Amino acid sequence: MAGIFLVIIAQLINLQLVSGKYKELAMNNAVYPKVKYPDRGIIYDRKGKAILNNTIMYDLEVTPNQIKGVDTAYLCQLLEIDTTEFKKRIVTSILKNGRYRPSIFEDLLPPLVHARLEENIYKFPGFSLVERPVRTYPFQAAAHIMGYIGEADSNIIKRSNNFYRLGDFVGRSGLEQNYERILMGKRGVEYMIKDNKNRLVGKYENGIYDTAAIAGRNLRTYIDVEVQQLAEKLMSNKVGAVVAIEPKTGGIIAMTSGPHFDPNLLTGPDKQKNFNKLFLDVSSPLLNRAIKGQYPPGSTYKPLGALVALDEGVITSASGIGCNGAYYGCRRPVKCTEHWSGHAANLRLAIAWSCNSFFSNAFRLTIDNNKYGNAREGLTRWHDYLSRFDLGHRTGIDLPSEDGGNVPDTAAYDKEYRGSWNSCTMVTIGIGQDKLLATPLQMANAVCIVANKGYFYTPHFVEKIDGETGKDTLLNKYRRKNEVLTHISDADYETVISGMQDVVDVGTARVARIPGINVCAKTGTAENYRMIDGRRTKLKDNSMFVCFAPRENPKIAIAVVVENAGFGATWAGPIAALLMEKYLNDTLRTERLKEVERVSGANLMPGWLVREQYKADSIRAWNWFKSTNDSSAIKKLMERPVPRYVPEPEKKAKPKPAKPVPAVVKLNTDAIIPERPTIKNSRT
Amino acid sequence: MTQKKPEISKGIDWLVVWLYIILVSIGILSIFAATYREGDPILQSFLSFKTDYSRQLLFFGIGGVLAVFILLTDSKFFTATANLWYAFGMILLLLVFPFHTQVKGTQSIIRFGAFQLQPAELCKVFVNLALAKYLSRVETDFSKTRSQLIAAAIALAPAVISIMQHETGLALVYFSFFLVMFREGLPAGVLIIGFSLAVLVVATLLMEPNTLAIILTAVAALAIYLLRRQIKRRRRLLFLIMGIWFVCVGIQRFAVPYIFDNVLQPYQVKRIYDTIGKDYIPKDAREALEIEQTSGTKKKDDGDYNVKQSKIAIGSGGLSGKGLLKGTQTRYEFVPEQRTDFIFCTIGEGFGFIGSTVLMGIYFLLLMRIITIAERQRSVFSRCYAYGVASVMFFHIAINICMTVGLAPVIGIPLPFISYGGTALLTFTVLLFIMIRLDADRQMVLR
Repeated sequence: MAGIFLVIIAQLINLQLVSGKYKELAMNNAVYPKVKYPDRGIIYDRKGKAILNNTIMYDLEVTPNQIKGVDTAYLCQLLEIDTTEFKKRIVTSILKNGRYRPSIFEDLLPPLVHARLEENIYKFPGFSLVERPVRTYPFQAAAHIMGYIGEADSNIIKRSNNFYRLGDFVGRSGLEQNYERILMGKRGVEYMIKDNKNRLVGKYENGIYDTAAIAGRNLRTYIDVEVQQLAEKLMSNKVGAVVAIEPKTGGIIAMTSGPHFDPNLLTGPDKQKNFNKLFLDVSSPLLNRAIKGQYPPGSTYKPLGALVALDEGVITSASGIGCNGAYYGCRRPVKCTEHWSGHAANLRLAIAWSCNSFFSNAFRLTIDNNKYGNAREGLTRWHDYLSRFDLGHRTGIDLPSEDGGNVPDTAAYDKEYRGSWNSCTMVTIGIGQDKLLATPLQMANAVCIVANKGYFYTPHFVEKIDGETGKDTLLNKYRRKNEVLTHISDADYETVISGMQDVVDVGTARVARIPGINVCAKTGTAENYRMIDGRRTKLKDNSMFVCFAPRENPKIAIAVVVENAGFGATWAGPIAALLMEKYLNDTLRTERLKEVERVSGANLMPGWLVREQYKADSIRAWNWFKSTNDSSAIKKLMERPVPRYVPEPEKKAKPKPAKPVPAVVKLNTDAIIPERPTIKNSRT
Repeated sequence: MTQKKPEISKGIDWLVVWLYIILVSIGILSIFAATYREGDPILQSFLSFKTDYSRQLLFFGIGGVLAVFILLTDSKFFTATANLWYAFGMILLLLVFPFHTQVKGTQSIIRFGAFQLQPAELCKVFVNLALAKYLSRVETDFSKTRSQLIAAAIALAPAVISIMQHETGLALVYFSFFLVMFREGLPAGVLIIGFSLAVLVVATLLMEPNTLAIILTAVAALAIYLLRRQIKRRRRLLFLIMGIWFVCVGIQRFAVPYIFDNVLQPYQVKRIYDTIGKDYIPKDAREALEIEQTSGTKKKDDGDYNVKQSKIAIGSGGLSGKGLLKGTQTRYEFVPEQRTDFIFCTIGEGFGFIGSTVLMGIYFLLLMRIITIAERQRSVFSRCYAYGVASVMFFHIAINICMTVGLAPVIGIPLPFISYGGTALLTFTVLLFIMIRLDADRQMVLR
């Protein structure tokens, strides 16, 4: 007898004193740590308007064991579903959370449905409306800058060392991602007691272990939301990008990428559907071309080339060249748009009239500089200058996944020409072509350097964080002045800047004149090639424009790229002019409103997009057929006419006035691909 | 009977009485801890007789009255009417067949309105009386096999009926009377054989049949080798060893599989497997369904859910426990049947290792005291009866606590004096107080 008692006591020692796991198991059994999500931080523009805010939407929750005597038909009518769907959802929620715990029946109700339900919810026992904080963009603007939030996936959770949990929302792009730690705030935990049926029955220990949620901190940005909205309006139905920077601070006033989208599409109940739609669009509306689009800068490079050549001493402000329509210094002539003699009589004139001959020559002189003796050293020196202009590498803007552009160095040419190259091989770099690539952000930043006469601040959006402390080191690198090219003499800068002012006053960009303000600018018309149906096709030129104003005290520097739009002064110039006027004068003259309508109404979507969309759709339809044996998508596709891309004529005709075409890359993707079932996450 | 009538309190072993009162109080407290819901008015619900703890209090009262009646009765009454009571018990047991109500899978309960009676529980008292009576007869010579068989029959008859009523747990209790018989001269061999059989059965379940057969053969061969001298002298020994080997292999190979397949219910097989720590795979769909259904009636009895939760409850108590009404496991009904069979969890979780050990100590003290009482009896009847009480209680305590801490299969038998249940409490009260009455009259030689 005593033996058995001793055995029992031994087991009790084992269970109660030795083994620690049972306490934990009992805690897991009975205590449910309910996470309290803090409000995310708000993002304000430079005038204190909230660009990104929080709002409340409602989820409809159901507790299956309590739905007795519910008028199912009426509820279905309110929710616009049928009874089979109703039954299916009830069964799913029972399977997922059991009968006694609430599960989400429908999430993020549209306002109309919510209003209808709110009045009648008392008629549906077991159903309840639960608040849920949602991000909202009151100005429907700045989608690419702000980014969006999404549920943390397994990768994010792993990378964060399990800081995030399944079902957490985390910034997935834009400022939301870059400033995640600041915006997210601090989660709180409420310890709840649950019983054997997983029902929450009360607070554990009266809540002494609970921690409150701390709301995320707000961001104050340099963005001017009205300029941003105008930029987006002007870029509608265009492929390209606009970046406007305040040169004195590096603060970004506006940044848009065309085509753009309403950021609210990615917050509401249809966010998954909308995301799929945007994702499948071949014109890539989700791509931020301002930091990811890499374009040959074309003539907008010329002021930089002039500064390099001046500083290297290979030209002077008085240097001129006789140009009659082409540069014949190398085997293949470089064409120039101007023919009349005297348009490149000196540097100012050459910039004003964007003489290709002059700048091809200046570039060759830079590379073949007698100081260094060989082209190799000359190219290295030139590469060094361009790097100082912050080209060829990422600027370090406070947005994720920026691209760095390309400034070719000796290695690149050694690779391509097996070491045998000279200044003629790369002569078109002098007019911003060849291997030279820059993002619109880099172009705008380079203009800032010119406007500031040699220094810049790394471009960034966030001016300050509310409640900033010494621990927030995120913004430090944006507050450091980078004096990269201050050794170039003021006289050289003045010459180039005067040339840029002449561009507007007398030269190629007279469209950008603003009364009472000295605008400095440079147009660019860059050649545009693309592989279409396996052929390298020459497309209509990209329209580029860089500018800053006012000359005396630069307050805004802008770079505009409009793909496939022809001359720099035709589309990119007017866009930049309107933005400058809006920002500097805070308003637009009434007669300019017509211009806004003209520009924003123009549809410059490249013609090949239709063809590409068709190809992408048919590939998807085929894959869909292969994986599901469902040929309906292919059949639908076959009913559509097959679009062929016919290259536009080489002749650079004046753009016709915009047709009111809805040819905005027609998206038929959702019709072709049966929508995949979206998995709704349950959050309790 | 020319003696002067003694006063009731004379000769009563007050220690046992006090231990009884302490245990029942602990019981009521534990039931209170297990079933009290926040916000109930405590005093009111204690007096309303609607909650479990107040009903247990009521039964405590009834038990007290019964105890006084028993103490007032002449101890000769029990010896005289022992066989009569036994007959009455058997009739009650048989009456269950036509009049039973199905409660939680057993068919051993008769219901009178709100009151439930479980004759198999009650019969323990009667069997104990009858067994004591039989063993104390002058003409009984317990060294004879015939007497041993009759005694075994007296003890096991209710067990057989119980099994027929699907109440295996209570049936097992009747085996505890073998301890009494052992004290009265049942050869130790019977117990040793019984124990060896149990080891063999467990080994059968744990090991591969062939491995076990080889081990058994090896043991037999070793025995023959060690005893080869004696075998040379006595051929019979060889045959004996061969016979034992044959029986063992037979049991291992045929008897155990037969019993598990055909005699025991699938859920019982599963519980036995759960205890020894093996997964039981139902042989076919029908059986799996049966397990599911039986489990359904036994409330969430899937696998070793009960034992797991019970171990969590007891284990989470730690050294000093979470305190009265603080146990999350028991308060939020994670442990099924926690006011009846799994009441030990409430104590283990609420009062921890210290509380559990103190309770075990009280039980130990009580059992030791009963054995002391048994040994000081002059009459065989009283001694047998007291041993019976000790055996039954020991069996209940050992199996119940072992079950909650995961050392024994889940057998639904209550913890004496503590588990909720009127019949059980009254049965143990009567069982104990008859002993106290007999002990009070120990100076008299009874038959």
